[in-house]
Amino acid sequence: MNTQQPATKEEMNRIELVIGKILRVGVVISATIMIIGLLLLLITGKSGYAHDAFPTTFKAIFSGIATLKPYAIMMLGIFCLILTPVLRVIVSIYSFYKEKDMLYVWITTFVLIVLIISFFFG
Amino acid sequence: MIETVILMIVIGVLAGIGGAVLGLGGGIIVTPVLTLFFHLDIKYAIGASIVVVIATSSGSTIAYLKDEVLNLRVAMFLEIATTIGALSGALLTGILEPKYLYILFGLLLLFSAFNMVKKLLNKNKSNLSTKDDKLAEKLRLNSSYYDKAEKKQIDYKVENIPGGLSVMFGAGLASGLLGIGSGAFKVIAMDTFMKMPLKPSSATSNLMMGVTAAASATVYFFNGSILPQVAVPLALGILVGATIGSRIMQVLPARWIRIIFVPIMFYIACSMLYKGF
Repeated sequence: MNTQQPATKEEMNRIELVIGKILRVGVVISATIMIIGLLLLLITGKSGYAHDAFPTTFKAIFSGIATLKPYAIMMLGIFCLILTPVLRVIVSIYSFYKEKDMLYVWITTFVLIVLIISFFFG
Repeated sequence: MIETVILMIVIGVLAGIGGAVLGLGGGIIVTPVLTLFFHLDIKYAIGASIVVVIATSSGSTIAYLKDEVLNLRVAMFLEIATTIGALSGALLTGILEPKYLYILFGLLLLFSAFNMVKKLLNKNKSNLSTKDDKLAEKLRLNSSYYDKAEKKQIDYKVENIPGGLSVMFGAGLASGLLGIGSGAFKVIAMDTFMKMPLKPSSATSNLMMGVTAAASATVYFFNGSILPQVAVPLALGILVGATIGSRIMQVLPARWIRIIFVPIMFYIACSMLYKGF
């Protein structure tokens, strides 16, 4: 226990660093996209869609972005934000693997599998 | 237009601070505000609040990771229970009567709230576990954090892992079935059942919440429950608020956090029991 403690601490520090970086990148990217969309909406005063409609499929979102529709850009920002925690789980698996902490590689992989299954059930 | 956007950002900042400090996710603040004051349909309010939870989680975790307040192993390990719980919840929709679940979870919250009051009342006794739990050692869950309010390193041990797992399963079930932010149950599982100190419990709850919410968020995203004009300014405000909140939490004495936490728990417990009866 005592001999294991320092190694565990260092290992965790390295993993935390990687995960922190991933979260920061995810948050900055999604916030930037959301801000661009929101500014476009406020400046032009138009959502790019009739009435209260907004795009909810990838196809509609990307064709909307091609024509710089504010709502389409905003939806993409939200989607990136939603993906960030999932990315965090994926990166954790890799980090635990790199630290040869196989127990937690399995634990985290299991979590990812359950997560993927629930995506499909939704 | 611009007034609404600014108002949403301000609400987001406040909810983000509260959510990050308490480990609740902020949905509990945003949903009632959107339905009561903005008369938004409950469907859209829930859609927005799920985005809010994710924003709070990611925003606050950046600071909590850097300052090493949260317990990554505990989070990963307990996520097994929350994700299975959430999946079962989604599968059991329509089979399990939500009424009984509201009563069950309401009572659990009430019990935990009283437990927290008890902890508040015996001031001098340390609530830290001294037990050497075999499973905790095997999973290497014991850890330490630096408490900025007490200005010292606090080592802590984790116990009663089966109890924690069961409450976490319940937390996942509640979020999958009832669509409620299960932050309160996550904090309870760690703080009350596993005897983790309150600050790492709250920080770890914040981290875990993002994963649970992400699963249901995609559903809401594609079925059109997430309104961009509501969710975007809220999320941007939340990201700022969660960053501020995660700094505030660390310098606040744990006792104060508990004092804010208890009435919120009573409030959630009562509203759940009300829905059940």
